[in-house]
Amino acid sequence: MTTTLYTSDHEWLAIDGDVATVGITDYAQQQLGDVVFVELPKVGRALKKAEAAAVVESVKAASDVYAPVTGEVLETNAELAAEPALVNSDAQGKAWFFKIKMADKSELGGLMDEAAYKAHTA
Amino acid sequence: MLAHDQDSLKRTPLYDLHVSMGGKMVPFAGYDMPVQYSAGVLKEHLHTRTKAGLFDVSHMGQIALRPKSGKVEDAARALERLVPQDIVAIAPGRQRYAQFTNPDGGILDDLMVANFGDHLFLVVNAACKDADEAHLRANLSEDCVIEPLADRALVALQGPKAEAALAKLCAAAPSMKFMDAGPHKVAGIDCFVSRSGYTGEDGFEISAPAADAERLAKLLLDDPDVMPMGLGARDSLRLEAGLCLYGHDIDTATTPVEAALEWSVQKSRRSGGARAGGFPGADKILAHFDQGASRRRVGLRAEGRAPVREGALLFADEAGGAPIGQVTSGGFGPSLSAPVAMGYVPTPLAALGTKLFAEVRGQRLPLTVAAMPFVKNTYKR
Repeated sequence: MTTTLYTSDHEWLAIDGDVATVGITDYAQQQLGDVVFVELPKVGRALKKAEAAAVVESVKAASDVYAPVTGEVLETNAELAAEPALVNSDAQGKAWFFKIKMADKSELGGLMDEAAYKAHTA
Repeated sequence: MLAHDQDSLKRTPLYDLHVSMGGKMVPFAGYDMPVQYSAGVLKEHLHTRTKAGLFDVSHMGQIALRPKSGKVEDAARALERLVPQDIVAIAPGRQRYAQFTNPDGGILDDLMVANFGDHLFLVVNAACKDADEAHLRANLSEDCVIEPLADRALVALQGPKAEAALAKLCAAAPSMKFMDAGPHKVAGIDCFVSRSGYTGEDGFEISAPAADAERLAKLLLDDPDVMPMGLGARDSLRLEAGLCLYGHDIDTATTPVEAALEWSVQKSRRSGGARAGGFPGADKILAHFDQGASRRRVGLRAEGRAPVREGALLFADEAGGAPIGQVTSGGFGPSLSAPVAMGYVPTPLAALGTKLFAEVRGQRLPLTVAAMPFVKNTYKR
């Protein structure tokens, strides 16, 4: 059973046990426009909550994707690195960025559920 | 996402049209301008390269320079005191690219100068237009009446289908050649039309009275080949075309020679020419012509897919060493599906094919000095 949570920086996390799959929201991709490049963290990298973990670039600009929780990168999405436009076509599905093994699940307490995120972006 | 105070921003005569067409409005040079429409920068860019795009550039300054003597040569001679270009040689109905220079040989602004027979017509950058007008008044008032044409809009129609789209409204359009410029009726509206632009594509810039601008824009957009373009596509198109953006690729600290704009300075104004020098910073600029400049603007292509953007430092080696230059414009080139950039490097490293590195997020990415334009231009000469 997975739960999806959201950050105020427009990342989403699908929680499955102590592993979170992280991406950017559909709202974020709409704001960015056409994504032309994605840089993903190295597998095994230890990320601290709020640290810049990945980069997403549109024609216009580069934006950081922040680690929503502290933990270790387990896996990254090779398909996304090869086809950055997936962020525009399927931000909250095929365009996941990385999976992180959470060090402290209590950090999830500060995140939003879908209803709260919708209100945040309204 | 960027909060801005809409009230303090100026609007062009096409503002309502932009909003009605779903333009995403952002502040630019004091104006509330569309950065993109719903199609997005990528599709807009590619549409201009394959069909035609319509850009609102009404924020730019349009200035008439009228000779007090009634002879346009006198306005041309006067303007030559401020620019290193041969203005006298611009034939009636023709236009030329120029730069206002400062006493250090730097560039105050770049502009277009057209000869309209009895006066000169100037198009200058939005962010510089007030300073340019003051500069003209301070230096040319004895010989010229300086008349800012604030009640005119300016649109650019660019791309391979631009000629066919404009021909439906302006019979003279197809016979115009690159850099022809003059008054023409477009759909019965008194316009100034030039065959020029800022995309590397064939196309036109059309100045129209503000009151007629929306009607003109809608008529052009009625053509199914014409799509509205935002500033995002304007920037990516000009970058692929290797064209300078003032305040980024050229500024008060770059000479026309350093900026690789030698082609824009005619022989008559260089050492040994009929009217050599006589413009601000001539000593420095002519010395750069005669002895070379120590740095030069070059095109840069990346090996990887990561865009290298403005401000990225350039290095000669993959590790160590001090920066040798900086990227002044860079991003993703949609027509090439690859990153493109330009920047300044020491002249010995400016040769085509030179391998360099750009620092992006702490990593040095390999770059190659490459010829510009990155995308072949299609001007109708």
